[in-house]
Amino acid sequence: MGIEGIGARVTRKEDRRFITGKGRYVDDVKVYGATHAHFVRSPHAHARVKGIDTAAAEKMPGVVAVLTGREIVDDKVGNLICGWMIHSKDGSPMKMGAYPALAPEVVRYVGQAVAVVIAETKNQARDAAEAVVVTYEELPAVVNVKAAIAPGAPQLHPEAPGNIVYDWSLGDEAAVNDAFGKAANIVKLDLVNNRLAPNAMEPRAALAQYDAAEEHFTLYTTSQNPHVARLVLSAFYNIAPEHKLRVIAPDVGGGFGSKIFIYPEEMVALWAAKRVGRPVRWTGDRTEAFLTDANGRDHVSTAEMAFDKDNRILGLRVKTYANFGAYMSLFSSSVPTYLYATLLSGQYDIPAIYAEVLGVYTNTSPVDAYRGAGRPEASYLLERTMETAARQLKVDPGELRRKNFITQFPHQTPVIMAYDTGDFVASLDAAMKAIDYAGFAARKEKARKEGKLRGIGFSCYIEACGIAPSKAVGSLGAGVGLWESAEIRVNPVGTIEVLTGSHSHGQGHETTFCQLIADRLGVPIEQVSIVHGDTDKVQFGMGTYGSRSLAVGGSAIVKAMEKIEAKAKKIVAHQLEASEDDIVIENGEFKVAGTDKTMAFANVALAAYTAHNLPDGMEPGLKESAFYDPSNFTFPAGTYICEVEVDPGTGKTSFVNFVAADDFGRLVNPMIVEGQVHGGLTQGIGQALLEHAVYDDSGQLLTASFMDYAMPRADDVPSYDLHHTTTLCPGNPLGVKGCGEAGAIGASAAVINAITDAIGTNKLDMPATPDRVWHAIHAA
Amino acid sequence: MTTINLTVNGKAVSVDVEDRTLLVHLLRDHLNLTGTHVGCDTSQCGACVVHVDGRAVKSCTMLVGEADGTSVTTIEGLAQGDQLHPMQAAFRDNHGLQCGFCTPGMIMSAIDIVKRHGGKLDEATVRHELEGNICRCTGYHNIVKSVLDAAGRMNLANAAE
Repeated sequence: MGIEGIGARVTRKEDRRFITGKGRYVDDVKVYGATHAHFVRSPHAHARVKGIDTAAAEKMPGVVAVLTGREIVDDKVGNLICGWMIHSKDGSPMKMGAYPALAPEVVRYVGQAVAVVIAETKNQARDAAEAVVVTYEELPAVVNVKAAIAPGAPQLHPEAPGNIVYDWSLGDEAAVNDAFGKAANIVKLDLVNNRLAPNAMEPRAALAQYDAAEEHFTLYTTSQNPHVARLVLSAFYNIAPEHKLRVIAPDVGGGFGSKIFIYPEEMVALWAAKRVGRPVRWTGDRTEAFLTDANGRDHVSTAEMAFDKDNRILGLRVKTYANFGAYMSLFSSSVPTYLYATLLSGQYDIPAIYAEVLGVYTNTSPVDAYRGAGRPEASYLLERTMETAARQLKVDPGELRRKNFITQFPHQTPVIMAYDTGDFVASLDAAMKAIDYAGFAARKEKARKEGKLRGIGFSCYIEACGIAPSKAVGSLGAGVGLWESAEIRVNPVGTIEVLTGSHSHGQGHETTFCQLIADRLGVPIEQVSIVHGDTDKVQFGMGTYGSRSLAVGGSAIVKAMEKIEAKAKKIVAHQLEASEDDIVIENGEFKVAGTDKTMAFANVALAAYTAHNLPDGMEPGLKESAFYDPSNFTFPAGTYICEVEVDPGTGKTSFVNFVAADDFGRLVNPMIVEGQVHGGLTQGIGQALLEHAVYDDSGQLLTASFMDYAMPRADDVPSYDLHHTTTLCPGNPLGVKGCGEAGAIGASAAVINAITDAIGTNKLDMPATPDRVWHAIHAA
Repeated sequence: MTTINLTVNGKAVSVDVEDRTLLVHLLRDHLNLTGTHVGCDTSQCGACVVHVDGRAVKSCTMLVGEADGTSVTTIEGLAQGDQLHPMQAAFRDNHGLQCGFCTPGMIMSAIDIVKRHGGKLDEATVRHELEGNICRCTGYHNIVKSVLDAAGRMNLANAAE
C-alpha cells in the first residue's frame, strides 16, 4: 500500500488551512460592492398574503431594493422543483402544489419567505425588513401526518386533495398476506421516527454576482453538488443560462444532505443580483436554518413481522406515513420510497415484504434527505422489530438475527435490491466479542444491585450507497443520472491535478483521492491537487451524498487513471524501445520488467508535452477524463451493539459501551473512515436520545435555536469502539462501499433497543429523553 | 459610530464601527479575520470563540465596546509562522476535524481548557468542558483525543521552558 497509498492512515492535506483559520467558506468570500439580503418570513404556518407594503422599508437608510413574490412572477422565475417522480399505487403521478421562491399569495409554513430586503449592510437590511408590513389572513394549519389526512383537515394545496402527495407501495401484498396466514407468531410494533434538523455547523449562504458586460452570473453557495445547482437554476428556474452561470461551492461547513437542495434564498440572491445590478450576499442565521433547511425523517409507521415455528421470518408488512412538510423539496419524494422501502429486507432472508407509504403535506418546513435518507428509517423500523420479536419469542436477539441472516450472495430481496456481497455473521460476531456479550448478564446483575437498570441493544444494519446505475434510477423516476466524472491533468513537470464532480464538505477528498493516485502512479500526494466544487473548473458532476464519493467518484478517478497509465506506458515503451506489455510502475517510476531500464514519471510527463519523441500518431499531452456509471448500489453493512445504564430515579441514560463492526469493503484511509463512523454514530445517538424538531399544533416551531433543539454535545456521547470486517465490493474497481452514513443509519435502533431492554418495555419512541424514559419505566 | 482600539493577534488596531457591532463581526467584516465563525445566534455553538486577554470568550456575545482596550487572539494568531500551536497540530494528527467550521472555536476553547486544568485533564473533564462547542461532523471522539494529546504536548512544552 505504501505510506501514502490505499490503506494508509494519512493525515489530511486540507487540515492546515482549517486549523489556521484559512478555510474559505461562502461568507468569507469578499467581493467589491456587495449588498446584503435579509428575508421577510411568515410568522404564520398557514395564511393568505393579503398585501405587502414595502414603502416604509424602501425609505430606510441603505436600502437598495425590496422584492416580493410579485416581482418573481413578473420576471417569470420558475417554481422550485422536485426531481424524482413517484407514482401512486393506482399509477397516477404524485400530486404537488407550486413551490414559489417568494410566496405571492399563500404561505404554508412558519419561516417561508415572502419578501427580501437588499441593503448596503447586513444591519440595514435587517432593520428595513422590520419595516415591511405584510398583511395576512390566517388559515387553519395542520402539522401532524395523521391529522392532515383526516376528513375536514385544513387543505394545503388544491392540487393534492386530502393533503396526499402519493399513496405508494412496494412488494407483493398477496404473498405477504399468505405468509401471515401461515405464521406461528406475529410481532407488531408502532413506531415514530422523529423529525430532525440537519444543523450543519455552517449555515447556508449565497453570494451572487452578475457581470452585465458578459451577461454572466457567478454564485458562491453552500452546496454539496454545485453542478446540480447550476443545472436546476438554469433549466428550471429560468434565472441564468447554464453556460452563463458559474456555481462555486468552496469550503462547505458540513452538509448531511441539507445542502443538496436548491432553496429559495440562493435562487433569490442570484435573481436579485441581476435585478439590482450589484452583488448580493445572504448568509442564513441559525434560526433561519431551523425554520427553512429541509428537515429529516418524520415517519409514523406500523411494522408487522410473521415468523414460522422455528423463528424464521416469513414476511414483513409495513405501513408508513411520511411527512413532507408544506412543499416537495428537490429529492424528497424518493426518500420514503426508493431509499426506504427497498432496504426493508435488512440483513435478513425475508421471502415476502409489502410496504405502503403515504406521503403527506403538512404546515411544516419541507422534509428531504438527511444523513442516511430513508435508510435510517428502514433500519430503525426493522431492528426495533427484530429486538421486539426476540423478546416476544423469548430467544436471544443475536441468535434470532443470526438464524435469519442472508448468507448466500448475490441475494435478490423482494424489494428491488440485489445484494452483491457481505458477511453479516462476521460483523455480528466481531461486535458481540468486542462488547463481551457473554459477560453481560453478570454486568446487568451487578448494576441491579447498585440500583441501576442495565440494558444491551443490537442493530444489524444494511444500507444501499452509491445510488445507481443511472438507467435503473431513471426507471424508478429520478430526473438525473447518478454517475460521476473525473479528469486527470498531468502537468509537464509531473505534478497532477484531479478534477472530480464529487464535493467535499468535510469528507477529506483532498487526501483520500490523492491516495488513489499515489497508490497507482506512485506520485507523492504533495504533488497532487484535488479540484472540486467549481463548475468552471470541473465540467460536470453529481456531487456528494449517499456515501457515493469514493465508490462512484473514486471509481471515475480510477477509470481516468487507467487511461493515463495506458498512454504513459505507450510513451515509455516507445522511448525505452520495449514492449508496452513489459512496462510496470514501481516506486513512482516506469520500468521495463526484468531490466534496469527506467523512466521517472516526471520524465514521461515531460515527454508527453514536448512531443519530440512520441509514438507515431499519438496526440501530445497527458490528460484523460472518464465518466463512471456504477453497475449496482454498494451495500455497506454491520452490527452495532450498545450497552447502557438507566437511572430509574431520573430516567437518564448513560453509555457503558458502544461497539461498531462495519463492513465498508476496502478502506482507503482508515483514519478518515473512522471519523465518518464517529460522526454518524453521534447523529444516530442524537436522534435516539436528544434531537427532535417540534411544532406545536398551530405550526409554530418550538425548537428554532440551539437553546431548544438538543444537539449532541461532547458529554452526551461516549468514545466508540470501532471494528471492521471486510468483504470487497465486486461492483467497482476499488472494492469500496462507502462509509458516510452507516453510523446514522444503524445507531439509533441499538440505543433504543438497549434502553428498552434495560427498562423492560417495548413502548418507547425517540428521542428517549429522561422524561420519556422515566414515564416509560413507570407505565411499564 | 464608535472608535474601538484593541490589540488583535499582537497588532494594535483602531476601527470605527456601529455601537451595536459584535466582536465577531469586527473581526470578520472589518479586519478580514474570517477564521472566527458564526454558527448560531444564541451563544451555544462556540464556533466564534477567541481569546480576550487570555480567556476564551464567545465573540458573538461581546459588544465591541466591551472589547475596547483588550488584547484579542484569534485562530489566525496561534501559529508562529510555520510552527503550529500544539493544539492545532494535535487536531490535525488525531483527525479532530472534518468540515473545519467549528474547528477554530474548538481549538481556542481547548487551549483555554488545558490552561485552566493543567496536567489534570481526563476524558470526562474534556467532554464536560467542551459542552459549549458544538461539532456536527466528528462525534467529538477525535476532538477529545486531540485535546488530551495536546494537553500532553503543552505540558511538556511548559515543563521545558
